[in-house]
Amino acid sequence: MQGNAQVNPDEVSEGFYSIRGGEFQDAGTCATAIKSALMKLGYSEECARRAAVSAFEAEMNVIIHAVAGTLNYMIDSDEITITVTDMGPGIEDIDRAMTEGFSTAPQWAKEKGWGSGLGLPNIKKNSDSMDIDTRKGEGTTLTVRVKLTTGGKD
Amino acid sequence: MAELTARKVIDSLEATIASGGDLERKVTGCYVSDLLSDVLAKSNEGDLWITQHTHSNIVAVASVKGLAAVVVVGGNVIPEDTLVKARAEGVTLCQSRMSAFEAAGEVYNLLKGGAG
Repeated sequence: MQGNAQVNPDEVSEGFYSIRGGEFQDAGTCATAIKSALMKLGYSEECARRAAVSAFEAEMNVIIHAVAGTLNYMIDSDEITITVTDMGPGIEDIDRAMTEGFSTAPQWAKEKGWGSGLGLPNIKKNSDSMDIDTRKGEGTTLTVRVKLTTGGKD
Repeated sequence: MAELTARKVIDSLEATIASGGDLERKVTGCYVSDLLSDVLAKSNEGDLWITQHTHSNIVAVASVKGLAAVVVVGGNVIPEDTLVKARAEGVTLCQSRMSAFEAAGEVYNLLKGGAG
């Protein structure tokens, strides 16, 4: 389960998920799958965790704000790219959305402990690049890249 | 400092185990928060997490962050769908009647070697 320390550079692994808006109990499904895929391939737990935290927050954004969306990931030899596309309202002001504590989440999300305005800042902190393409009334595509490392602890 | 296992902490909190993962796992720290993004951002691997939440997202958060165990405080009852996920992920979940304040104090003393 913990995988081996050898990473095969030719090995490309990918996954695709659909995310339904409002279905908060599904949150973390993609994140958990990404973490375990990276661990199985022999990448370090630290980079697996960073990728998983980014995926988790991205999933949550779709669940909170959009009707539906998709997440796909592709693991290359030294990088994972996570792309999340949603049919949501779009982000009105990206600068504000990137500010810790700014949230447009509804009450139900806050009652579950989400919607504290930390989602996008968390993704930024846990990734090596983050790109937001958003259109008001149409949706948002978020592309996140995390550099992968092997070894570390263990 | 003697090694602090999840089992030892759970006993000290007079908590009941709702889903047992690795109870011999070492607890190296503690995080108290009910904001899930805050836990995703700032908790550390090996932490015991003290929370009021009982819904199934706590399992995914604990799993992604590699937390040692989750203690649901305030006597809140963990629903079945959360337990099913916890068992599948091997996440240790327990419930304590203590408040977050009391539980955190207890764990603080254990970790600092001041009690027990």
